Order: sequence, then C-alpha cells, then structure tokens
Amino acid sequence: MLTLITFLPALGAVLIGAIARERARLLRAASLAVSLGAFTLALWLSFTFDPSLPGMQFEERRPWISEIGIGYHVGVDGISLFLVLLTTFLVPLLLLAPWDAVKERYKMFSIMVLLLETALLGVFVALDLVLFYVFWEAMLIPMYFLIGIWGGPQRSYAAIKFFLYTMATSVLMLVAIIALYFTSNLSTFDWTVLQSIQLDRVLEFWLFGAFVAAFAVKIPLWPLHSWLPDAYSEAPTAGTILLAALMSKAGLYGLLRFGLTLFPTAAAAMAPYLLALALIGVIYGALVASAQKDLKRMIAYASLSHLGLVAIGILAMSQLGTTGSVLQMVNHGIIITGLFWTVAILAGRFERRGLEDFGGVMKEMPRLAALFFIFMLAAVALPGTNGFVGEFLILLGTFLTEYKIYAILGASIAILTAVYMLWMAQKVFHGPTAAHIEKDSRDLKPREIMLLAPLVAVILWIGIYPKPLLDRISPSVEALVSQAHSRVEFVQELLQIQPRSSEEPPGGAP
Amino acid sequence: MGGVWLVLLLPLLGSLINGLFGRRLPKPWIGWVACGSVGLSLILSVRVLFDLLALPPEGRIFTQPLFDWIVVNDQGAPFSLLVDPLSTLMILVVTGVGFLIHVYSIGYMGQDPDYSRYFSWLNLFMFSMLLLVLADNFLLLFVGWELVGLCSYLLIGFWFSKPTAAAAAQKAFIVNRIGDFGFMIGLFLLFATFGTFDYLKIFEGAPEALPYGGALATAIALLLFAGAVGKSAQIPLYIWLPDAMEGPTPVSALIHAATMVTAGVYMVARAHVLYELAPVSMALVASIGAVTALMAASIALVNNDIKRVLAYSTISQLGYMFLAAGVGAFAAGMFHLTSQAFTKALLFLAAGSVMHALGGEETDMRKMGGLSRKLPWTWGIFLIGALSMSGIFPFVAFFSKDLILERVFISGNTALWIIGLFTVLLTAFYMLRAHFLTFHGRPRYGEKNPHESPPVMLWPMQGLAALTLFGGVLFLSFAGFAPLNEFLAPVFAGEIVLEQPAVLSEGALMATSLLVALLGIGIAWLVYMRGLQPAEALRRAFRPLYTLLDGKYYVDELYYALFVWPGKKISEFLATVFDLGLLDGIINGLARLIDRAGGALRRIESGYIRNYAAWVLLGALGVLIYWLMR
Repeated sequence: MLTLITFLPALGAVLIGAIARERARLLRAASLAVSLGAFTLALWLSFTFDPSLPGMQFEERRPWISEIGIGYHVGVDGISLFLVLLTTFLVPLLLLAPWDAVKERYKMFSIMVLLLETALLGVFVALDLVLFYVFWEAMLIPMYFLIGIWGGPQRSYAAIKFFLYTMATSVLMLVAIIALYFTSNLSTFDWTVLQSIQLDRVLEFWLFGAFVAAFAVKIPLWPLHSWLPDAYSEAPTAGTILLAALMSKAGLYGLLRFGLTLFPTAAAAMAPYLLALALIGVIYGALVASAQKDLKRMIAYASLSHLGLVAIGILAMSQLGTTGSVLQMVNHGIIITGLFWTVAILAGRFERRGLEDFGGVMKEMPRLAALFFIFMLAAVALPGTNGFVGEFLILLGTFLTEYKIYAILGASIAILTAVYMLWMAQKVFHGPTAAHIEKDSRDLKPREIMLLAPLVAVILWIGIYPKPLLDRISPSVEALVSQAHSRVEFVQELLQIQPRSSEEPPGGAP
Repeated sequence: MGGVWLVLLLPLLGSLINGLFGRRLPKPWIGWVACGSVGLSLILSVRVLFDLLALPPEGRIFTQPLFDWIVVNDQGAPFSLLVDPLSTLMILVVTGVGFLIHVYSIGYMGQDPDYSRYFSWLNLFMFSMLLLVLADNFLLLFVGWELVGLCSYLLIGFWFSKPTAAAAAQKAFIVNRIGDFGFMIGLFLLFATFGTFDYLKIFEGAPEALPYGGALATAIALLLFAGAVGKSAQIPLYIWLPDAMEGPTPVSALIHAATMVTAGVYMVARAHVLYELAPVSMALVASIGAVTALMAASIALVNNDIKRVLAYSTISQLGYMFLAAGVGAFAAGMFHLTSQAFTKALLFLAAGSVMHALGGEETDMRKMGGLSRKLPWTWGIFLIGALSMSGIFPFVAFFSKDLILERVFISGNTALWIIGLFTVLLTAFYMLRAHFLTFHGRPRYGEKNPHESPPVMLWPMQGLAALTLFGGVLFLSFAGFAPLNEFLAPVFAGEIVLEQPAVLSEGALMATSLLVALLGIGIAWLVYMRGLQPAEALRRAFRPLYTLLDGKYYVDELYYALFVWPGKKISEFLATVFDLGLLDGIINGLARLIDRAGGALRRIESGYIRNYAAWVLLGALGVLIYWLMR
C-alpha cells in the first residue's frame, strides 16, 4: 500500500514521458489522474489508519541489498501519516494551476513534480536509513531542474547555490549513516533496530551533528538559510511551494524521526544550542521579512521565521509541543502555499512584485483579497485558523518544559508576524488604488478559486476541529518522546552509577 | 438555557449569508438578515435570563459542552459555553446594544456601496464578542478575544482606500497583539499551574495552588491584565483607540465604546478569584485605571474632534472600571460597564447623527455649532448622554460612577479617590463642552443644510436614551432593593466588602460627586455658552499646558522614537548588511574558495553540478571502502 502510494507518481512520470508533448490536454489529464490517484490512496490510508496504535502501521519489509543489510522498510505512524497526506494533497493542486512560468514544457514540468513527489513520500515513509538517504538525495534532482529551467532571471545562481548547500551537508549524513552501521555491528540500516543501541557518547555527538547539518539546511535553521531567499524567490511558484511547504518538512521530519530517536542523549545535550538557533531564526526571519521590498522574498523570510517555531516545538521534546509541531508542519504547508500562490497571482497579473508597486488591490480584486486575508490571518495564528492551534500547542508545550524562555520569546512571533503581514496587507491591498492596477486588474477566475478553496477549507477545518489530527498525531509523538526521554534518563543514571571515565563527558557542542 | 449556542450561532449565520451572498441579495434583505439574526439572539438571551432567574441564586450556573477543540490526551480546551449571571449580563448588553446599533446602521450606512460587507463584518463581530463572554475557559475566551480584535481591525479599516483608516486598523491590531503577548504567557502559566484552562476548575483550585500574595499569583494576574490593557485601551497601550475612530461611527459605538473595549474589564471580573489572591496586581490595576481615567479626560478637554473626545472619554471611563476592579469592587465595575454601554453608545450614535446631518464624515466641532434647532431629537439625546456621562442624577452613569467612587473611598485609597473625583470634574466639563460646541452658539457649518436623521436612526437612539434615563433603576442599591447587585452576587461571592467608615456617609459622598459634576458643567457653560472668546483667553493663559494636552502628551511620537524607528532600522540592517552582506558573503566566499582550489573542475555551469555529484558519490564510496577494509 505504502509502496504503491510512494511509487505511483514516479510510475506516472514514466507514463507521461511516453505521451507526446503536443498533447497538452492529455498531459494535464494524465498528471492530474496520477496525482489524484496518490491522494485518494493516501486518504484511504488515513481512514484505515488505527488512531489507537502509537507505532508504525502499514509496514512493508523486504530485503534489498541483503549482503550489507540494506532493507526496503517503510511504514507510517501518526507523525508521517499527515505529511504523506499533505504531500499528496498539494501536488494535484500544483499540477492543475495555470502557472505563467510553465506554459512551455508542461510535460517536463509534470514529470519533475511527480518525481519529486515520490522522493518526498519516500522520505516520509522510509524506515531504513539507506532507503531514507536515497529518497533524500532524490529530492534534489527534480528540484534542481525546477529552479534551473522554470526559474527567474537569477535561476542558475539560485539552483547551484541550493544544490551545493544541501549536497555538502547531506554527504555528512551519509558518512554518519555508514559510521552508524559499522559501530553498531548489527549489519543493518533499519531504524527500528538502530534506535535501541547505545552509542559511545562522543561518537553520538558527531553523528548527531552530521545528521543535524543535513536537516538544518533543509529546514533551514538559522544561520544556514542563505540559500533560501534566492531559491524561494527564483524558483517558479510551484517550485517555491514544493520547497517551502514540503521539502522544509523533510528536514523537520528527519530531525524528529531520526535525529531525536537515534541520538537522544546528544539531542538532549545539544537542545539548548539548537533551540537558540531556532529562536534566532524566528525573530531574525520576522525582522528581515519586514524590511523586504519584494513580496516573494518577504514570504520566504516569513517561512524561515515560522519554521523556526516548528523546530522549537520539536527540540523542546514535550508531548504537547511536539504534537503541535507535527500539526504545524501540516499547517505551515497549507498556509505558505496559499501565501506564495496569492502573491504569484498578483505578480502574474501585474508583472511586478515589489511592495511599492501595489495599492488598493482589495477594491479592484475583492476575491483575491479575501483569500489572501484568510491566508494572512492563518499565518498570524488567529484563533479559528489552523495556525493558531499549531503555534499555541508548540508554545504551550515548550513552556511546560525546562525551556520556558524559548516559549516566552518565541511567543513574540505573534506580534512580529502581525507587524510585517499587516504592513504588507496595508501596502498591497489597502490605500488608494495604484494606477496600473486600476487598468488591468482581473479578479480571480472560478478555476483559481476552486484551486485555492481547498486550502481555505483545510485552514478552517483544522482551526475549528483539529481533533481528528491531534488524536492520531499525539499517541505516536508520545511514544517517540517518552522513549527518547527514557533513554536520556537511562544514560544519566548510568553516569551516576559508574565512576566517570578519564575523559569529561562533553557537556555541550562537540 | 440549552439553546444558548443559538445565541452564538445566529450572528455567525448572518455574517456568512451576507458575506458570501450579500452582493447578490436585494438590499433590504441584507439589513433584515443582519438585524434579524442579532434580534433573535437578543430574544434568546432574554430567554436565557428568565431561565436563569427561575433557578435559585446559587444554582444559576450552567455549562454547555459543544465539542472538543484543542484537546490532546484529554488536556486542553473544549468548545463549551458557560451561562451564569455574569455572562448573561454580558450577552444581554451585547445583543441589546448591538441590535439597536445594527438597526441604526441600516440608515447610517444606507448609501455605502459595501453595505453587505459592512453587515457581514458587524455580525461576525457579534459572534466573536458573544463567544468571548460565553466561553467557559480561558483559551476559548482568547479565541473570542482575538476574533473581536480581527473584526475591530476589519471595521476600522472599512474604508480601506483611505490611508489613515488603513493605518489606524493596522495600529489597532498590532498594539493589541502586544497586550495579547502577555495574555498568552499568562495562559501558559495558568496551564502550567492548573493543567487546565477551565474557569471553574481554576477558580476552585486557585486558593490552594496560588499562595496569597505569592509571585505566581501576581505574575498570572498581571500577565492577563496586559491583555486587558491592550483590549481596553489603558496606559500604556491606549494609543490605538483614538485612531480607531477612522471607522464608521456605528462601529465606534458598538465596538470601540460599548462592547469590545470592555472585554478587558469583563475578563478581570471573570478572573476576580485570581486577582483577589494577588494584592500587588490589584493595586496596579487600580492605579493604572485611575491614572488612565485622569490622563484621557485631560486630553478630551481640548480636543476638537467630536469622535475623538468620545474616544478619550471611553478610555477614561474604562479607567474607572479598572479602578473599581482594582479596589475589589468587581460588581461596581460591571455596573459601570453596563451604564457605559448605554450612554457611550448613545453619544456615539448622536454624534453619528450630527455627522450624517452635515452630510458625511465631518467630525470637527469647530465646524458645527447652532444645531439645536435643526436637530432637536439629536440635541436632546446627546444632552441626556452628556449629563449621564457627567454623573448627574438620575441618569444611569450617575449610579455606577457614584458606586465606584464610594467603593474607592471605602477602600481607603484617598489618593485614587481624589483622582477619581477630579476626573468627574473634567468629564463634566468636556462632555458639556462638546455639547455646547456642537449644538449651541453660532452655526459654523457653512453652506450645508442639516436635517434630522431618518426614523431608522432615531429609533435606536431613543431606545438607548430610554435605557440611559431609566436604567438607573437596575443599579439602585437602596433600602434593600438592588436588582443587579443581587443578580451578580453569586459570581462575586468571594468579594471582600469592607465596613463603611462613618466619616462620610453614603449620602455625603453622593452629594460631593454630584456637586463636583455640577461645577464642571457650570464652568463649561461659562466658557462656551458665551461664545468662543473665553476659551481663547484660557488657551493663551495656559499655553504650555494646552500645547501638551493638544499634543496628546506626545505619546505617539515617543513610541515612534523608542520602538518603531529603531525596529525599522534594525530590520533594515539585518536584511541588508547582515543577511545579504555577511551571511551570504561567507557562503559565496566559501564557494569561491573551493572553486579556486578545484580549479580543474571549473567548467560550464551544468557540468559543474554533475562533477560535484560525482565527487559526492566517489567520496561516499571511498568512506565505504575505508570502513570495509579496516
């Protein structure tokens, strides 16, 4: 089942490759059918998912390269389930949207998006480290082409920067995976087995650091974000959305699934430092966003700020907070999609996207304005939208741990986001109507509304009735968090019983 | 009482109907949907009241769970409603005043092209405000709290094409968010202490969990109060409310005078158990209330914009309510809240009627004058409001204000009592000044031909005037007859009632404040009924003071210099110098370094990537081989 969902898009991509590029309608229909098929399967998956079980469900395990213990092992729990759902939900919308940038070469575009979908799904379901790494790297290639082919004027710079940045750090992860394999001596790469081994403490720090480097770039965690504004703003909107809504989640998910479970002691010891980076990212992203002159770059930094908060919830390792983080991953995916999308519509209509180029759009395009405001309000975490549920749980949960201060300072996101978001709304949508806007404004077409409406529906649904999600997320989070905590405690007890070795245990960063 | 969820649902439905289909509905329908939904809500609220009254006083509490909202492992906040005397009083005030203002809006907004958008948002506000007061836990209250803030933002910026309106809306939202930041941390602390947001559980466990006067109780009370300071426009966060007058006048009446801004007072009254455990925070609440009352009233003395005078008056009167709460007189605070809702809504609607008569959005009182003959109804109604606000017997605000001053006096805070009393003088002066400037003296409105407002606007004003005139009966606490006091008694059961000192009897206190009010009215009459000349003379005599008051103590300018400007500069620095210059520079420099080191690899761009990928693979293989060979 999971295998089918994961590889259906890639299979579809191959089939689409066989269709002649002139047959535009057929191409669209085929790519839509494939992506909707994956979504339907994912929906079915979530309905048959048993919320009372905290562990992995729909597991599939097959030997792959058994000589060195690489297996094909996939499964979902309450954490990955909704990321699978989010991915399969967004991709059909992206394939259907009439992007200005992909009027040409739609065939290639849909192939790339579908391949990327498979890679993303693979990352979210893989339970074998090598398998995970393969999918992890596989994400890069279609994304590189998406930016490089359909991107803005600076696309090749942005694409290369993105590629090198992520490549350099994921190599570290690969090295760490291999090292883990050899030190464990269990001849397996299976996460379920590896998470129960006790590593040498120094080695654990190094391996955790290597994993974190890879995840931190993907999220991105401050100060490793400098590829983000370029990549986000140069990528075609569909690419930006895939980057911001989905690929960033791969980093966060990896941190939660592998970083915290394989190396709990190192994670606990390094948490204060990583939390500090995440918190800086929250505030820094917001401040820098408020100084941007370009709408897309503004949203890009806003995304940095909000992802930092999700990272805080994961790193503080509280049950409520981490549950909130998983929920907020989904929320952020929806909200950021809406924001980038509405900005793309604006940019497409008027062929400009500077903050100063707009004014009074609400008067001319009330429907677009209404949708933008809903996305904006979800971003400023207004109660009744999904953003509030996620952010509040993250902050509340973090407040209940020893890392209270990160919750308190992190809560400033409520003010900061309001500052730049409302500023943007005022500049673009309010005020007197700018001259060129009066001339060529066309409000949203029914088709555009139909594509954005599902996002609004999800925003309100999760905002008002998040129970179905929380009920499924929280048991899995609880299992993961409590296991990590108990291992940390175990090590601490061990240290107290045994006389200290000659070497001081590293108390902080390695 | 089981139908209380309908009180909430009806305005939401009205909002959705007008919001989604308003543009296609015939115009009269829009008004019917909006007013009808609120009217039905009012009727249902009255029914709730009677259901409640049928119960014995101690049994007048009822929870209605609707569904699970944010609940993780049975912890968190359900969506459920609480009906008790306090929330019932609030829903009656909100739906009652709200209904009248909705009806008034049919006339006032009749010519606006965005008629349906207006009513959709106004109904949404009603829903949010009702949710705020009906919530049975702090988190759900916070939902209503934020949603009324949203509606306030939307309605202040209703005429968004006007840059000042758009800026005022933004300011209101952000300033409120600053208060809410504190409120949210207060919520975290509550949850960390009690493991729940539920009012009843928290209040029950509070005496045990929070030591009297302890740091925790004080912290919780003050953090929650930070939210109230924002929402109810107290020092130091009051600056958004005067600007909020950019919104349509009925909005100012409903949201920025009668209901939303009182949410902070309601919240403090609701959480009175927590405040009573934190005497330090009570003292601070009282002091901020008193100082705000005085400061806002002093600005109102010299302002020439009729809506802004009323706005500063609102801030000042909210200060009285917090003063009451701060000395433990929560019921008195709630009385004043109710009497304010009637009187201030009345004044705003009358001001709106004047503006309407002058053909639009004229708010400068220097361009009014001599309107008493042209607008007799409006004149009389405004006068009732002004006298009530001044604290003249037998109007409604007299009773509530007097009760507050009495309770402050009994509490022994003589300084606060004197501030309160002095503010009565100022209030009487500026209210009557506004009245005289607007309706008396030489007409200064030029060529316009003022006309009395249509019945659809007059009728709600008359309704509010009746409430202002006769509402005092509710607040009487005379000879054992105290209807509202008795009604609220179960909620404030724990309230500390001090014995009355014999120095000044209740009657003497009443007489004092009445005399002070009359003195203020007398001064206003002397200065303004003899034309503007004496006012000029006064202005010249107190030039520095006048400049300070006219400049509103330059608080906006101060905040700009302290927070806004540095914030902008820091953001710009981070965005340009730090982010693009330093961080990006390091990365690009690093890349260039590697590039130079591997000079042989320098090719065209696409080859570049492939080479790197190959190197990655090779490197990985190398590591693998190394480990295998070891």
